[in-house]
Amino acid sequence: MKKKNSLKILSLCGFVIAVQLLTLVTGTQYFLTQLTMSAYYGLVVIGLGVLMGYAGQISIGHAGFFAIGGYLSAALTTHNLLGVAENPLVKLLDQVGFLAMSQDIYGDQLLTVSPWAACLIAVGAAGLIALVLGVPVLKLKGHYLAMATLGFGTIIYRLLLATPYFGEADGISDVPSFTILPALGSLPPIVISGDFSLRVVNYYVAWGVLIIGMILLLNLIDSRVGRALRSLHSSEEAAEAVGVNTAGFKVGVFVLSAIFAAFAGVFITHYNSGIGPSEASVMKSVRYVALVAVGGMTNLWGMLIMGVSLTFLSLRGVFGSMDDAVFGVILIGVMLFAPNGVLSVREFFVTRKKETAE
Amino acid sequence: MSQQVQLPMLELQSIHKTFGGLHAVNDVSFRVDPGAIKAVIGPNGAGKTTLFNLIAGNLPPSAGAIYFQGKAIHGKKPHQIAGLGMSRTFQNIKLFHGMTALECVMVGCHLRSKAGFIGGMLHLPGSRKEEQWINKRSMELLELLEIAEYADVEATSLAFGQQRAVELARALASEPKLLLLDEPAAGLNIYETAEVARLITKIRDMGITVLLVEHDMSLVMEISDEIVVLCFGEKIAEDVPAQIQKNPEVISIYLGEDEQ
Amino acid sequence: MTLDLFFQYLFAGITYGSIYAIVAIGYNIIYNTTGIINFAQGEFVMLGGMIAITLLPLVPLPVAIALAVGITMLIGAVIEILFIRWLESPSVLRLIIITIGISILLREIALHIWGESIRSLPYFYGNEITTFSVGSVHLSPQVLWVIATCSVMVAGLSLFFKFTPTGREMRACSANRTAAILCGISTRNMVTLSFMLSAGLGALAGCVMSPITYTQYDSGTGLAIKGFTVAILGGLGNSMAAVAAGLLLGIIEAFSVSVVPLAFQDAIAITLLLIILFVKPHGIFGSGEAARLKDF
Repeated sequence: MKKKNSLKILSLCGFVIAVQLLTLVTGTQYFLTQLTMSAYYGLVVIGLGVLMGYAGQISIGHAGFFAIGGYLSAALTTHNLLGVAENPLVKLLDQVGFLAMSQDIYGDQLLTVSPWAACLIAVGAAGLIALVLGVPVLKLKGHYLAMATLGFGTIIYRLLLATPYFGEADGISDVPSFTILPALGSLPPIVISGDFSLRVVNYYVAWGVLIIGMILLLNLIDSRVGRALRSLHSSEEAAEAVGVNTAGFKVGVFVLSAIFAAFAGVFITHYNSGIGPSEASVMKSVRYVALVAVGGMTNLWGMLIMGVSLTFLSLRGVFGSMDDAVFGVILIGVMLFAPNGVLSVREFFVTRKKETAE
Repeated sequence: MSQQVQLPMLELQSIHKTFGGLHAVNDVSFRVDPGAIKAVIGPNGAGKTTLFNLIAGNLPPSAGAIYFQGKAIHGKKPHQIAGLGMSRTFQNIKLFHGMTALECVMVGCHLRSKAGFIGGMLHLPGSRKEEQWINKRSMELLELLEIAEYADVEATSLAFGQQRAVELARALASEPKLLLLDEPAAGLNIYETAEVARLITKIRDMGITVLLVEHDMSLVMEISDEIVVLCFGEKIAEDVPAQIQKNPEVISIYLGEDEQ
Repeated sequence: MTLDLFFQYLFAGITYGSIYAIVAIGYNIIYNTTGIINFAQGEFVMLGGMIAITLLPLVPLPVAIALAVGITMLIGAVIEILFIRWLESPSVLRLIIITIGISILLREIALHIWGESIRSLPYFYGNEITTFSVGSVHLSPQVLWVIATCSVMVAGLSLFFKFTPTGREMRACSANRTAAILCGISTRNMVTLSFMLSAGLGALAGCVMSPITYTQYDSGTGLAIKGFTVAILGGLGNSMAAVAAGLLLGIIEAFSVSVVPLAFQDAIAITLLLIILFVKPHGIFGSGEAARLKDF
């Protein structure tokens, strides 16, 4: 990674720790819950940002991938398989160690897919769906691509609302906690859960995940693949001429961003111990697009900062009943007055200065 | 004789291209020998750029066949053709927005490197090494084209001639066997054109076959080994420059154009 | 399936199909003059219905509808002037995002004014249980209102584009904007006019359909996607084909009820949309050459 980015990552880590300490000192630890969720949503935003900002492909269906991740892992870890234990598929899952026994609050035996396995299946499914969808969809451009992805998001939303397995309008609740790392020696286990006592741990897990995601994407942008993505954004014809398989790279980055969204969906579902259909709504997808736009289309750091802070404010209920309207206004305002993102204002002045200096 | 049996670098066999009712390219055949500089000339609207787009795979031919080193390439995608060792520049320069000159050339190294999504994200040692190699090689190319001092300048903000050079460096970065140059001297003054002529010869001397489309007769006559003349999509002559200059049909076309 | 049932489905299909066609034509009008797909098209339909419902206690029904159409047209003009007019060569991505933002804004404003309750205009003639019979098929008169209104709108539009100077100027704009400017046509005003026209069309459709389909603050979204499906199905920009495509989608949806659970009905249109986009993005009635000539 470039030195500049390493420095930024380090300051982000410092900031994350400082915020936690600040909430401890000021007794405002209740902020941690929303900060944790904001970090997960931030993961969706930066993943979408690489697709939209760098590769130039719009998606108004990313809430769909988030929901596929969240819902699948929720359904797999809550539906009792004891009744169908003899089903060959269930047996197979058992043999590869994907199943776990537990007890529900009434003391009944539950046989479900273990969270780790469910997470892999859910994220894998989201990636696979993105692949199957991406191959035809990414041949489209502009309005067509926007509508097709919007259509995809809507289909996922409708299917979730109409499928009893996914709880229809109620969604899925009582999702168990997700032990990422079991207890090692004297170290406590790392568990994703909304449990009150695990608030601080979960805060760090979420931000750890986001920072890792950020590092991966920053590396990607500066790599051969990143250059190929940026080149096809600028001119597909020229990119093809130097041998960039534009169709392949577009699908690749689409799948990657879907996987980011799905991971966020899985983690947040375990953290909230449930997920509802509103997570799949078109408005959510539009919101992710808004956050990418406001952060600056080719500015991962801007997306991270704006994505997390605006989501935090929204989750705190600062916008009240105007929540969606606020995002609508942001979307229009940014696109009208600062299409490169609000954080690009500084950049604007810096380049101006350079020009006049010359 | 041995020259005759050698596999041609590029061979077009009665290529047709129609747009609706318009015959943009009509039954054009010719071959480009390895190591040659071949030029396609013709008045405006003769179908030169269309021909280039057909060769590079940006357009599918309506009929006919194109062979690159004996391999059929018609119907293949541009990036597949590029992968076989054919590289091109564009008449209206297509550099990448938001990238420095160096980065543009680095994209050109795409075919000569292979780091994928995983390698790129994890910054694995292998891809790191490759990255250093790409960087070094791209700088060398910029030096070759004498624009190394602009390496860190945003490519699209460079002067016109320098942008051309960056595009050329990008095309060379993929180490092509055949280089297609679409009007390399368009918009350049005579000094710059002379510079381009020198460069093209230099490229040929590196062992790269060159096929160029050009308007500027002085450039074409000076450097090409053979010339194909197109008019209204049809090939009307193919010969060495000295003969083309004497060809009455070619003269009438060009004089006719002058009269307008 | 009995013959009666068949006709029942058929008429339901035609009714919904005409509405989809009108929404699609709304897309086409703006697309033709600007190259923009207005993602807020469905909201115009919702606004038309809502405004008419609100005015109804004060004025008679025809006046309420006329006012609703007029006000929505005004809103369309304001939107264009505020958000589109002064942008200099904006990218497609930017325009998509702006119109999406507008649609959210309109929806949220509607939510704050009218709440989440489901409303409707009264039946134009008779009431919910009034029917008339064609043979053994019972139909609501409102169905005729919808079909008739849509037919009049389509006919009126084609006359407008063919025979009025303004209509011709708008067509000139869509054929070649630069040439139109050179001929002294104010393309900017044409764009505003196209927004007004498509807002008005949407609003009228929203009024006639309100008694059957009801109106809610978010009823525009579904219509927008279906209208777009129809616009694509007919080939973007081609309004006559949009009518045929609209009827086709309406009928397919109506008959699908007997095969697919109602909950999945909306998914049909979208699946159809995706399939068309993949297979024949220039529409089943459009030609490939023509589609490629248009700058997407």
